[in-house]
Amino acid sequence: MYSDKVMDHFENPRNVGEIENASGIGTVGNAKCGDIMRIYLDIDDDGIIRDCKFKTFGCGAAVATSSMATELVKGKSIEEAMKVTNKAVMEALDGLPPVKVHCSLLAEEAIHAALWDYAQKKGIHIEGLVQPKSDIHEEESGEEY
Amino acid sequence: MGEFIYLDNAATTKTAPEAVEAMLPYFTDFYGNPSSIYSLGASARKAVAETREQIASTLGAKSSEIYFTGGGSESDNWALVATAEAYAGKGKHMITSAIEHHAILHTCQYLEQRGYEVTYIDVDENGILKLDELEAAIRPDTILISVMFANNEIGTIQPIREIGALARKHNVLFHTDAVQAYAHLPIRVDEMNIDMLSASGHKFHGPKGTGFLYIRTGVKIRSFLHGGQQERGRRAGTENVPGIIGLGRAAQLAFSHMEERSRKEEELRDYLMERIGKEIPYCRLNGDARRRLSNNVNFSFRFIEGESLLISLDRKGICASSGSACTSGSLDPSHVLLAIGLPHEIAHGSLRLTVSWENTMEEMDRTVEAVKEIVERLRNMSPLYEDFIKSEEGGKKRGKNYV
Repeated sequence: MYSDKVMDHFENPRNVGEIENASGIGTVGNAKCGDIMRIYLDIDDDGIIRDCKFKTFGCGAAVATSSMATELVKGKSIEEAMKVTNKAVMEALDGLPPVKVHCSLLAEEAIHAALWDYAQKKGIHIEGLVQPKSDIHEEESGEEY
Repeated sequence: MGEFIYLDNAATTKTAPEAVEAMLPYFTDFYGNPSSIYSLGASARKAVAETREQIASTLGAKSSEIYFTGGGSESDNWALVATAEAYAGKGKHMITSAIEHHAILHTCQYLEQRGYEVTYIDVDENGILKLDELEAAIRPDTILISVMFANNEIGTIQPIREIGALARKHNVLFHTDAVQAYAHLPIRVDEMNIDMLSASGHKFHGPKGTGFLYIRTGVKIRSFLHGGQQERGRRAGTENVPGIIGLGRAAQLAFSHMEERSRKEEELRDYLMERIGKEIPYCRLNGDARRRLSNNVNFSFRFIEGESLLISLDRKGICASSGSACTSGSLDPSHVLLAIGLPHEIAHGSLRLTVSWENTMEEMDRTVEAVKEIVERLRNMSPLYEDFIKSEEGGKKRGKNYV
């Protein structure tokens, strides 16, 4: 059902973890539906994403798309990171089963949510960025149980 | 495929070699149509009749009350739709449980779209039907009560005898989907007041695509498939002779070894329940600990999702199943786990392991070790676990099971 690339990123996910004092953190998804992704970004003064980590609760595709998304934005500028779409994530994974396409959308949203958090903290505007709909605020995610 | 540990016997079982062996001559030697007049047909006819007699005896039924079908889902569909049609004059109300198999629930929805009314009775936190609610739901126009004998996901065994008594008391027909129970548990249709019963061959080491519906003499039931005189004119189509023979042989094996097989399965099941319950924190056993199928283990692991657990187990050669949404093809997790009161996020993290008497203790050990390792790995990746550990609550409750 999954491509070799998806299985590889599921079994050996890249960039799992947290970043202390991250420049931006975004958490998207819904525990009810079975997917939650959290992305941590470390962005330097030149606006380059120096490091990116993730934590994901979800299916194989959710883990693999998070992993791939972190790979695609790492080392990139914010503008470049904004171009990492769900399509790009899917292509990099050699495709996803149709029922799993929403996982790649979630990965894109997670990146945007982390960038949104960064922009808010910095008081800057990022071209083309809107507040992701499924963003979960810190307080809310703790109340899921 | 290499070596693997098969722990999904509620999904399907390995066909018993004895059943395969019994079937083979009916493909190539005795391939005649049972309806034919010549002796080649007669030998097939005789074998089918003998199997019908043998299956009937396992339930304390008459052979004329056994109708061979293409499996459990067909039996369920037939029982509900044909009863609905035949008894529409009496009423258009049916009662079932909230945790039935989709073969029942989707058929109920089909009937609801056609003017029938269905009441879904709740279950308690262990999945046992609330009998008082059942009795209260019975109305003058109730024509059928359909409650599964044992649940396919959480293994809970229903109080079938009590349900049968209630149905009889109120003069309502009683059907039970015994797909998970037949040939695993002793069933007597008379003592339990069962009017109809569905069973499936491949759940007890028989071939796939085989099953039967027991229909008590006197129950008015319409034909389901039209076009021939097979199965007393109620289910047309040339008999699946090899399948019926294989089903019969598998049933014979299951009934002659029922006690020792159950005991072996219980030993494996209890070992899994004990070790997983003790060694993995934040888990919950789903279903009743005692009124439970001998082969069923079902746990929820908090903070993780079932599909990723299943894929990881598969990579280690372990076949299992889950009630997570990702494995059901919808956004909602299992209706059974929601019905016993699990929140969505915990229902997503469920794991079902269903053993067979052929599994070994060594396989159980390997499975527990694999589950432990995978749950830990997935939790370390989970933002829910991260939040939990960071929160004060996590500090206080660490290491304890919840619920």
